[in-house]
Amino acid sequence: MEALAGERMIKYDARGLVEVDDTVPKISEIDGDRAVFDAKDLSTRKINLELRWLLYEQGVKDVTVLNPGAKHSLGVGILTRCKITFDGSLGYFGCGVIDGPEIHVKGRVGWSVCENMMSGVVVIDSNAGSLTGAAMRGGDLVVKGRVGARTGVDQKGGTIIVLGSAGMMTGFMLQRGRMIFCGDVGAGLGDSMYDGTIYVAGKVRSLGIDCVPGEWTDADTELIERKFRVHGLGSPPEFQKFVCGKKLYNYDNLEPSERKLVL
Amino acid sequence: MCGIAGVIYRNDGGAHAVGRDMTRMLQSMKHRGPDSTGYALYGPPQELVVMRYKLADANDPRDFDFEQRLEHHKGEVETRLRLLGATIHNVERETGYAYRVTFDYGGELKKVADVVEDVPHAEVLSLGHSLEIVKDLGDAEQVARQYHLDDFVGTHAIGHVRMATESDVDISGAHPYWAYPFSDVAVVHNGQLTNYFHWKHRLERSGHRFQSECDSEVIAVYIAQKMSEGSTLEEAMRESLEELDGVFTYICVTDDALGMAKDAMAAKPLVLYEADDIVALASEEIAIRAIVDHEIDTWDPYEGEVMVWKR
Repeated sequence: MEALAGERMIKYDARGLVEVDDTVPKISEIDGDRAVFDAKDLSTRKINLELRWLLYEQGVKDVTVLNPGAKHSLGVGILTRCKITFDGSLGYFGCGVIDGPEIHVKGRVGWSVCENMMSGVVVIDSNAGSLTGAAMRGGDLVVKGRVGARTGVDQKGGTIIVLGSAGMMTGFMLQRGRMIFCGDVGAGLGDSMYDGTIYVAGKVRSLGIDCVPGEWTDADTELIERKFRVHGLGSPPEFQKFVCGKKLYNYDNLEPSERKLVL
Repeated sequence: MCGIAGVIYRNDGGAHAVGRDMTRMLQSMKHRGPDSTGYALYGPPQELVVMRYKLADANDPRDFDFEQRLEHHKGEVETRLRLLGATIHNVERETGYAYRVTFDYGGELKKVADVVEDVPHAEVLSLGHSLEIVKDLGDAEQVARQYHLDDFVGTHAIGHVRMATESDVDISGAHPYWAYPFSDVAVVHNGQLTNYFHWKHRLERSGHRFQSECDSEVIAVYIAQKMSEGSTLEEAMRESLEELDGVFTYICVTDDALGMAKDAMAAKPLVLYEADDIVALASEEIAIRAIVDHEIDTWDPYEGEVMVWKR
């Protein structure tokens, strides 16, 4: 055990080989099922440990995190229904792999927010970086500012709503789910998408491979109106709809070896 | 993965603690590159020429006549400067192997660089009337302490924390790069250039020299070459988006401007904060927050964007 003493003292570990900061700070002010804590002087790990301790062990349902200070990987892996408010900005990989929470970020977020989100609602008051909602599978992600490139890459479900503009390769390899953009989108919209729907109110710089304009139905109107009403986004603008042209679908083609057998 | 940062003060005071700002920004991005840290700082422009050069690398073996050899080479550099007609004002030995020289010289700076670099192991890190490049192994706080950068006042600065992917971990491979032989131009870069050799050979044919094996050095010389042909900084950076291949986000500085360019794939991050008195940009927002103490709104520039700010 003596040998461990030295390792415990390690404060900075660039390669992440040593477990550091593994004690819960327990600094929150808890009031019934609500809690508030200041994240200013806490490391990423401590903030996430504090969140887990509040949500899983203290029965808290509503947490406010003050001064997140654009730290990376905050609010990740939360698998319970709860409400989390970040009173500031998040860095990269914020709110990844979540299932259930309702998260409100009062600032901006960096790259890869809500990566692989399963369910819940995330509302971001300002801008977001690239890869927003990458591989998302369910829930609603609302960005009130603009987003970077490759929004919703590999999205497999859920809804992404962006009130500002979006960068290039938006909806790249979109597989299922919906994306709603009130502003302009960059080049290569919906490139190589498999399925799903993209709605754009602004200008589209160019469409990607196999992304084509779709036919508007009543279900589209209902969806847009419902989402805008639920999130209190005012009256929706006029949208264009884009879907997969399914020209790249080659799934039922046989492999060369199989074709030989058939013939 | 590297981290780049830049800051420019827009109100024309000229005396801001850019050295301390850059240290804070780079230290907060230490996790993006622990190998080496570099600064390009712009002090108030002066009549004298400031040259920073090194005679050895931080991890060169210290053999028995190392000190003597260094002293001899240092003397050689000074003799050559005098022979060129320069009047040396001050020589500071910042570390065991890096020096800062100020001198009075009216001639062509390329000649100075060539003559100095002809001394064995000498590498001119920066040369100009305002620019000073400082780079060494270790994190920002270590380098700032070694070179006393907290006291540096000026108008704008860029910096880089490096995770070496293309070349060795040494000072020659560290950013920022000075655009030999053009005074007061420097570049920091995050990414990889795929047509590096193509451009290196092309620029070498027009008489430029490359000190390192690092792809980023090409950008600095490329921009400076374009500017010497009459392009503005912004035009040169726009052309670079077409002519340089690969994934990159880079920041380029001249004596009075700071510009950023992002490649057509937007594969490398950059976050921007623009206010009336200051523009700060970095690979991560956390770096900008290290120097701005109030709540701010930031955004990512899009693919193929070029922006330039004047001080």
